[in-house]
Amino acid sequence: MALLAFHNITKSFGPLVANDDISLSLEKGDVIALLGENGAGKTTLMNILYGHYTADTGHIEVDGKQLPSGQTDAAIKAGIGMVHQHFTLAENLTVLENIMLGTESLWSLSQKQSAAKAKLAKMSEDYGLKINPDARVADLSVGERQRVEILKALYRDARVLILDEPTAVLTPQEADSLFKTLKSLTGQGFAIIFISHKLHEILQISTRVEVLRRGKIVGSVATKDADRAMLAEMMVGRKVERPSLEAMECGKPVVRLNNVTLRDAGRKASKVPKLDQVNLTIHQHEIIGIAGVAGNGQSALADLLSGLTIPNQGTFELLDVPVTQASPSNIVHRGVGRIPEDRHSSGVVGEMALWENLISEDLRNAPVSKAGIIIDRKACVERTNALIEKFDIRCEGPDAETKLLSGGNMQKLILARALAPEPAFILANQPVRGLDEGAIAYVHEQLLAARKRGAGILLISEDLDELFSLCDRICVMYHGKLTQPFDAKSVSTSQVGLMMAGQTMGQTFDQAPDNLNAPVKEPSHAD
Amino acid sequence: MQIEPREYVAPWRIAFAPFAAVIVSLGLGSILILWVGASVSDAYLLLVKGAVGSSFALTETLTRSIPLIFTGLAATIAFRARFYNIGAEGQLYCGALAATFFGTGLITLPPLLMIPFLMLIGALAGGAALAIPVMLKTHLKVDEVVTTLLLNFVILLFVGYFLEGPLKDPMSMGWPQAEPIIDEGLFPSLVDKSRLHFGFIFAIIGSVLCWAMMRFTVWGYEIRAVGLNTSAAKFSGINVNTTVIRTAVISGGLAGLAGVSEVAGLKGYLTLDISPGYGYTGIAVAMLAQLNPLAVILSAIFISMIYVGADSMSRAINIPTYIADVLVGLSVLSILVSVMLTKYRLRWR
Repeated sequence: MALLAFHNITKSFGPLVANDDISLSLEKGDVIALLGENGAGKTTLMNILYGHYTADTGHIEVDGKQLPSGQTDAAIKAGIGMVHQHFTLAENLTVLENIMLGTESLWSLSQKQSAAKAKLAKMSEDYGLKINPDARVADLSVGERQRVEILKALYRDARVLILDEPTAVLTPQEADSLFKTLKSLTGQGFAIIFISHKLHEILQISTRVEVLRRGKIVGSVATKDADRAMLAEMMVGRKVERPSLEAMECGKPVVRLNNVTLRDAGRKASKVPKLDQVNLTIHQHEIIGIAGVAGNGQSALADLLSGLTIPNQGTFELLDVPVTQASPSNIVHRGVGRIPEDRHSSGVVGEMALWENLISEDLRNAPVSKAGIIIDRKACVERTNALIEKFDIRCEGPDAETKLLSGGNMQKLILARALAPEPAFILANQPVRGLDEGAIAYVHEQLLAARKRGAGILLISEDLDELFSLCDRICVMYHGKLTQPFDAKSVSTSQVGLMMAGQTMGQTFDQAPDNLNAPVKEPSHAD
Repeated sequence: MQIEPREYVAPWRIAFAPFAAVIVSLGLGSILILWVGASVSDAYLLLVKGAVGSSFALTETLTRSIPLIFTGLAATIAFRARFYNIGAEGQLYCGALAATFFGTGLITLPPLLMIPFLMLIGALAGGAALAIPVMLKTHLKVDEVVTTLLLNFVILLFVGYFLEGPLKDPMSMGWPQAEPIIDEGLFPSLVDKSRLHFGFIFAIIGSVLCWAMMRFTVWGYEIRAVGLNTSAAKFSGINVNTTVIRTAVISGGLAGLAGVSEVAGLKGYLTLDISPGYGYTGIAVAMLAQLNPLAVILSAIFISMIYVGADSMSRAINIPTYIADVLVGLSVLSILVSVMLTKYRLRWR
């Protein structure tokens, strides 16, 4: 008998069928990967399992017994444990308190502590999840917090763990350690549902892949019979080709950073600068990649290049003219196109219409506004219609609310705003984060087209595969310092991985003054 | 009970929300009326009669709505930029004080110039009253709710000083009131034998202008963008501080106009009780109008109806006038709930 079985689950939201007659089952020791583009229905299905939503038809069985629908506590009792993508921990409490919270009655919280501690210690031991039960959650790293989330589920005697995009916030090392944990859990009879976009992880960890598309299961394969291309095709519904880098001579420099140092403003400024004597030159017709674990100064570099700050020391030259003023609109008019890291929080105003978001960088100029005062709505809508067409933005029209767009289409909107004026320099900060394969391919094509046209591009990414397939040269960022650029073909992924962890390769994180004049090997990328 | 987000918010729900809120608040208010021992239908009938039942009642209601439209607009514009100006009461008095200072004989112009001049000067004074709080917010991140609220009391005491001292009318028999505004500065009457004055037209023009600004201009765009998503606005190149300061000055100016219209339109001279809390009620007006400048007109008239109607209701059947405050409070709470219910649904099991 299956440990967990979904039977013909259907759920609609108005006209949208989010889950269409979905059936699947898990045995002990299974790791089922749920693969699908954004909006394919993965999260809806898990919310039905966990009792957040009620299915329109169909039911769920655990050990052959029907799970009452719409009751989260029943799901927990039946042994379903959810590890959310965004952690649900109280930061000012200790690990132990967090784990007990919601499980034990508040009246007896302090009395049961020693028993809970013993249980936690045993679990830590059994499953190889090392954690100090008395540490405050606020002091833990992201990887450790995730461990607490898993322990919390296990403490409630979960037998099925659901992990929603668990590696999105982890470094490659932390992800590896998570996979080891999951393997040991499945060895002891747990079943796992693993939700992810990342194909290589799914191939690494799962025993079976269930591919969802538009609410339906379109494929179910044993992982050993699957490969990347096949999964990508099943997920998107058509063949996905990764674009390749065309050899090209690079041209004049568009951006030059000379010994740039950037510190936090204000009294709380830390001693460690966010950018530490960074040197970088970006030419026409080239894509430079910045690799690094999140939080090593990439955001500071992005802020600088998007015009939100100026250097404390050193110079930032754009097309040979220094940038002396922190002004995004100034920098946009001087030929910079910017794709921000987080499209929801800084890319668009979700409640505004598409056409309004398309004009946000250019409010005071014709044809957007007359005399910088009255917005020429008709001209804006016309322009939006043209860009919707050109960038293939799937939407109801220029007046639609922007937050209704899917992730991929929202990113296309931002691309349209940034790339339509044909900027000389493009800052692409995590441009494909959270996008599905089809949208990723589209973004990459657009960047390559811009490179061909003559733009210089800086691509910040945590995905080494993306950097290696798209960049001419790659730099690594670590603690605010930047290595020299390496020809993408002369270094290996593992070398870059080591540098991301702070291991230097010769001169790498050394900011010797001669680095300034170091040959930016006027590279012909031809080979 | 569970709260589930709606996937689609139908426009009719948004339009219907204020009316539902009004019905619910009248329903809740009837509990109090029953408690006092009066008949609910009689009470509400008297309320409506007292508010719109005669031409006197109607003009009185419209007259009372004038300052509420202005302070409602002040809250609307500021709240749209997420600048929570709770100081409209103080800015109202600043506007009134400035109009008194210049309008009691210091300057004499023909009415066609004098009235606009007084309005301009009052608006500037109201805007200036917000300058300190807004600068504290943009430059030092001091919470504007605290500063604008506390400044109200400072300003009221300041006005009190002027009315007891430099601006005191020697003919006032000792009352703390200023000299009357000169005839050239007085707003003409709109309806004969009533207190309804031209300020009503100005208020309507103000609403339309605010609506047009929010909808058609770069300033309005910037206000909305900053209010909806500050970091996206900043990223795309909108100067957030400039926008917030500009919005605050406009908001303060609108509140200042409420003061001018009370002094130059209704009373004719400044006293310390020209506003029974119009600045605070303006927040309720703005919430009920869901921060829509045109809807502010209707919502101000509605709230004014309750106040005016409750007066005559309480005279007729001995219900305390405080019922009006309770009804207004209830309608604001109800609108907040009903706006939430346009976006979420409740599920019972």
